[in-house]
Formats: sequence, structure tokens, C-alpha cells
Amino acid sequence: MTTTSNIAQIHPASEPASLVGIPMTGAEMVVRAMKDHGVDTLFGYPGGAVLPIYDALFSDEDVRHILVRHEQGAGHAAEGYARSTGKVGCALVTSGPGATNMVTPLADALLDSIPMVVITGQVATHLIGTDAFQECDTVGITRSCTKHNWLVSSVDELSAILHEAFYVARSGRPGPVVVDIPKDVQFATGMYLPPERSPKRSKRTVRHVDAARIAEAAELMATAQKPVFYTGGGVINAGPRASEALRALVRETGFPITSTLMGLGAFPAPDKQWLGMLGMHGSWESNHAMHDCDLMICVGARFDDRVTGRLDAFSPNSKKIHIDIDPSSINKNVRVDVPIIADAAEALEKLLVAWRNRAKKAKPPSIKAWWDQIEGWRKRKGFAYRPSHELIKPQYAIERLYELTRGKDVYITTEVGQHQMWAAQYFHFDKPNHWMSSGGLGTMGYGLPAALGVQAAHPDALVIDIAGEASVQMTMQEMSTAVQHRLPIKIFILNNEWMGMVRQWQQLLHGERYSHSYSHALPDFVKMAEAFGCVGIRAEKPDELDTKIVQMINEPGPVLFDCRVAKEENCFPMIPSGKPHNEMILADTFVGDEIDDDGKKLV
Amino acid sequence: MPPHAGEPAESRTLAIMVDNEPGVLARVVGLFSARGYNIESLTVAETDKSAHTSRITVVTRGEPNIIDQIKSQLDRIVSVRNVIDVTRDPAGVQRELALVKVRSTGADRIEALRVSEIFRAKVIDTTLESFIFEMTGASDKVDAFIDLVRPIGLVEVSRTGVLSIHRGPELDRVSTADAAASA
Ligand SMILES: Cc1ncc(C[n+]2csc(CCOP(=O)(O)OP(=O)(O)O)c2C)c(N)n1
Ligand SMILES: [Mg+2]
Repeated sequence: MTTTSNIAQIHPASEPASLVGIPMTGAEMVVRAMKDHGVDTLFGYPGGAVLPIYDALFSDEDVRHILVRHEQGAGHAAEGYARSTGKVGCALVTSGPGATNMVTPLADALLDSIPMVVITGQVATHLIGTDAFQECDTVGITRSCTKHNWLVSSVDELSAILHEAFYVARSGRPGPVVVDIPKDVQFATGMYLPPERSPKRSKRTVRHVDAARIAEAAELMATAQKPVFYTGGGVINAGPRASEALRALVRETGFPITSTLMGLGAFPAPDKQWLGMLGMHGSWESNHAMHDCDLMICVGARFDDRVTGRLDAFSPNSKKIHIDIDPSSINKNVRVDVPIIADAAEALEKLLVAWRNRAKKAKPPSIKAWWDQIEGWRKRKGFAYRPSHELIKPQYAIERLYELTRGKDVYITTEVGQHQMWAAQYFHFDKPNHWMSSGGLGTMGYGLPAALGVQAAHPDALVIDIAGEASVQMTMQEMSTAVQHRLPIKIFILNNEWMGMVRQWQQLLHGERYSHSYSHALPDFVKMAEAFGCVGIRAEKPDELDTKIVQMINEPGPVLFDCRVAKEENCFPMIPSGKPHNEMILADTFVGDEIDDDGKKLV
Repeated sequence: MPPHAGEPAESRTLAIMVDNEPGVLARVVGLFSARGYNIESLTVAETDKSAHTSRITVVTRGEPNIIDQIKSQLDRIVSVRNVIDVTRDPAGVQRELALVKVRSTGADRIEALRVSEIFRAKVIDTTLESFIFEMTGASDKVDAFIDLVRPIGLVEVSRTGVLSIHRGPELDRVSTADAAASA
């Protein structure tokens, strides 16, 4: 059965820039197109192959250029900007090393579906293929880590490609794109056509939500006894309307809801129906609910291995509804019963209407028994940890950070490791777009530059990068960017002197052989902060933590906070690799032999 | 469990209509290698200059759930306009062209010619001790022909890989996205 109507209109690509355009150079077109697409902030780093574009930016007053210290920083900053605003993030880098330094952020944005347009300079057209200075095959290298990329061969096609790039980045399932522009094209003069007059080149797919599938979903929901909502980053990507529709639907149905790491904030965490994050380090109650449910309503999530655990034991007795904008996500890892290919906002709004109509006809059964069962899991207190008067427990540090920043406009970014999981577990979000973490690629070094991007978009907000001492060293040079551009980010390091997540796996899976995971020769972070012109704060004892966090919050400029925490704390609960959800281990039941040989082979 | 997991792998022919632009073949082939899908044969050529369309025909092998994934992953490529599963299409026609060099003398030469007649292969080059045959047909016919001339003195084979088209007056136009959405 065909369930969606798919109208793909393809316009001929051959229309030359007609006489109606505005004459300008290729470099000017780049800046002009950015403005036409609402870009107010650009993250970049100059070099030979983009000098004409930097020249065009020199006298420009509308686009704010933030000079980073490494191109990777520009990419993650653009991601942070995009994720916190819902707009397309934009970066500009030179050819060769500029482009290769951008590969990590591109791969990161692709896996987390972040809309981003990256402009790379390229050597002049006649030099392409000659191993010229700072030449690299940018479109070749970035082909598999972009949604699409273009090498512009003539100024005549430049404006159309630029408009197309913004369209592709933000439409459907969003993602990163690269426009590679040879230097001679930047110098050449051509006709600029504004977006509305530009020829459309790629397919335009218009999808309509299938009413029959919505009705089917509503029917399943109205008869379920153990339903659960499982939501993900797709709800955030679909914009505030999607979060609103989700909130309304969850409240009206009374169903419990959990979310992936990427989806935090779409539903308010303080709410009684919220079960916490699910997955490998998710809450006891959410993972049990996923395992035992009879109906799973998945919205904008993709059944990733961090969420499902062992596939053949994943939620064995449930029917599954899956709303996703990307058809390739449907039935990829898990077979679903009701696939709905649609934008989350539209699907959720329609589902809400269908639910109301269905509930009017016949009252859905009470799910009190299900909630009782969930309460039982909640009582198990999976996030409990042993408190300490001597040492700052990392969990405690995040709890205090959360309490002391409540009521403020707080945005959190993270690096990757245990601190990231503790941030997801103990910091709570009540709005979408306030939590930025590298979920799919798991990129250490993401959080600090991402915080810069967030702060650039929200100058008055309190932007905190919850970091690990190892991760932060990957991109710490961007502190200089923070100082230069007056971006008062707070870098809150949970310093356990270990690559904690690596240490935890070595403890659990590799016989406590801690191979190369100790953070030797750490810099003095306070002095380092000062050397960069930031403020450095160190906390070593639980009783000084609050005062120092408050000091950090009140500091008007960027701060590096060295929070010395208990060194050997593990991150729990944990679904051991290769185990189903209901075999999670908890801090107080952990013995050490939970993971078998097959599990060790998984990552 | 993944849908249809454990079902036997099957061979499928996919016709992929793409924008004819630099790098498009690399995108399609790159997807297959990056995601670990098989390519058994591949053909590509521009088919409509004015509309900038090329047609890539891929024969691939996989379990049904993998084939579904391949189709929807292909559909995500911006330059891919649509993907048609020719194998699934009762009106789909598939053909391949092969050039087959056979070296033989005496009675074997007669036998080679006899076999070529059965398969309606054309002789496009001949010397006193060899023939080159040109034959078109479905891949299994080509295989059968090659198997029969092998003992006679097969020297070399060059094949185009599979081409396909839809029977009847209409244009091929079924999007994989729709197919993926139907359970
Ligand atoms: C760029 C990169 N390299 C390696 C890894 C593998 N890795 C995951 S977590 C981790 C340790 C992180 O240490 P730290 O930042 O101190 O965080 P902690 O786990 O101690 O909180 C490493 C090395 C990664 N995710 N990213
Ligand atoms: Mg650490």
C-alpha cells in the first residue's frame, strides 16, 4: 500500500543566470546569500583560498564573523548555534587543512541531524587535480559526512547552489552540507538571483501524513494497557510546535514518556509523567517501561544501539508506532507496526486530534496498574549514589549546578564521557533547544566550541559546557575565542583525572587493566584560564561547591571551573553491552562479572 | 528484531535515476561500500541530456530488509530522483550484453557456431582460429552461453552488466520512499 504521496518536482538545471540578476562577484554572492537566508553569525577561519570572501566580509556590517582558533571549533560552534536556535549554522574555512579540520563537525552534524552550511575555499579551477598548494579533494573527503556537497564550477551557478545548500541543510531530516568554491569563482563576476527567483535543482518532496495510519495509531493508543512514549532529537528538530503538540498529547493521554539523549527538553523533566532518559545509562524506570510496555510510540528517534541494547530482546511484547521524517529510519533496526513518515509536529498534531475523537467514542482503559508498576521501578531509585562529605561526587556537582542555576535561562553543552551522562541524568530540562550534546558521533571536544555558538546566539543566557578534563583539552584553545568575542561561557570541568568512561569500561570489561586512560600531566586549569584571560575557579570540597558555583554564575566573563571530583566513580545505571533492558546494573548491585565475552566485542 | 531478518538473501536489480552531475556515481557507489552492501553489477550512462538524467542500474544481493534499507538510503541522496526495484516489477525487462572470445579449430569451430545460433549470438570478429560473439539477453542466458562455450575454448568475456526498463508506454516512476512506507 502506498501511504504517502511523493511529489518530486525537478526543474532543469541549465537555466543560466539570466539578465534579471544583480551583478556581483562570487565572494559577494556568498555573503549576500547568507543574509538572504537569515544568517547573522558566521564562524570561520581565513586562508588563501577564501581571501576574496573575507574581503567581502571586511566591510560588511550585518554578518557577525566569529574567528575561532581551529576550524573544528568553527564547525561545532555552528552546530551549537543551530541546535539552540533551530536555524541553519554557518561556517567558512579555507581549502586543504581548513577543510580537513572541518570533517569531524560535519560527521557530527550528519549523525545528529544538525542543519549546517559550510563554505570551503578551493584552489582555482585550473589548478584542481594538480596537487596544488593546499589542494585537497574536499567534495570527495566530505561526501560521506555531508547530506550533500557541491564543487562550484562557475560563478553562473553559484547563487543557485548557495540557495540550494540552505534548502537541503534545513529541509526534511536536516544535516550538514558543503559548498566548495574555487578562488577564481570567488573573484569572477556574475548575476546573483535571490532565493525566490533562483531555479530549484534538487527534488522537493512534499509528504502528507497518512490519515489511515494516524487513525490506526490512535486506536492502538486507545486500547493500550502499558503504553510509553519514546521520543528523540527529531522532536527538537521539528521546532517548538512539535514540543507543544507532544506535551499536549502526553498530558491528555496520561501516558509515561522517556526520551533519548538527543531529545531531552522536548518534554519538561520536572513533570510527573517524565521517566527520565532511556538507554545504556538511562533511568531504571524508563528502560524497564520500554522493556515491559505493550505499546511504544516512537517519535523522531531511531532505535539506535545505545537505546535498544540487545536487539532480539528489545521490548519483546510491544506494538510499535514510529513517526519519523526519514523513511530510511523506519524498519532499519527494529520492525514497527505502524510507520508514519512525517514531520513530528504535523504528525503529533494530527495524532492529538485523532486521539481526542477516539477517546470521545469510547473511554480508553485505565492505565493505573501500569503506573503502579512504574512507581515500583521509581522506588528503586536507580540514580542513587553514595554521598560524601570529603569528596565532591560528580553527580552531586551536577545536582548543585542544576539547583543553583534554576530559574535562569540556562543552556547546557557537554563533552563526551561520564560527565556527559551525569549531565543528562542529573541536570533537568524543561524546554527544547537548551541541551546540546554530541550524541551520534560522541565527539570529545564538541562542548566548548558548541557553547560559543550557543552564546553567540543568546548573548544574555547562561551557557555552561559540562566537561571532562580530557575532553576539554581537545578544543581548549577556543577559550581565546571566548575572550576575543566576549562570549562569557562557563566551562564546568568534572575533573576526575581519568578518561573516566574509558576507565569504567576497562574496569568492567578488561580486567581492571587501565591502559593509557589516566590523565597524566594535567595543566593547572586555573592558571590556564588566567593565561587565556578568563577567570579560573577551583573547588575541591563539597562544602565550598555552592559558593564557588554562585561565583562562577555571577562572573561576567568566561570562566573555567576546575571541579575536583571523586576519581573512581562509575556511571550507573548501565545496560551492559549485549544485555536486554531489564538486566541493567545499578551502583549498589554491581559486582563486576555482568558482561560476557560477546558483550565485550560490542562498543 | 529487524524486519524479515533471517530470510534468505536474494538478487535484486535497482534502476536509479539520478541528476547527471559530477560525483553522482561516487555518491551511489560510496553508499554501497560505506554501508557494506553488495554490488554484483553496475551500469551507468546519461539517458536524457536535456533533463540531465542518468540511469544507474545496480544488481545487488541481500536479505529483504537490507534491500529495503538500500532503497531508502539511496532515496536520501540528494542527486537521486527515484529508485525502481526492477526485480519486483512484473513489467520489468532486464538485459545484458556480452562479448565472448572463443578459440577453437576443426570440429569445435562448428560446435561454437552451432551454440551461438541457439543463443542468437552474432559473430562480430573471426580469424582462422577464433570468434568473437556478441550476445544479448537476460543474465542467466548469458551465463548459460558462456558455460556452453567454455569447454570449446573460451578465452575472454566482457559484459556490460544489467540494463533494465519498464514494459509498456509509461515512464518508470515508482518512488522507493512510498514502497518503504508500506508495511
Ligand atoms: C575525539 C574522541 N576520541 C576518543 C573518544 C573515546 N572516549 C570516549 S569517552 C573518553 C574519555 C573522556 O574523558 P573525560 O573528558 O575526562 O570525561 P569523563 O569520562 O572522565 O567524564 C574517550 C577517550 C571520543 N569519544 N572522542
Ligand atoms: Mg575525566
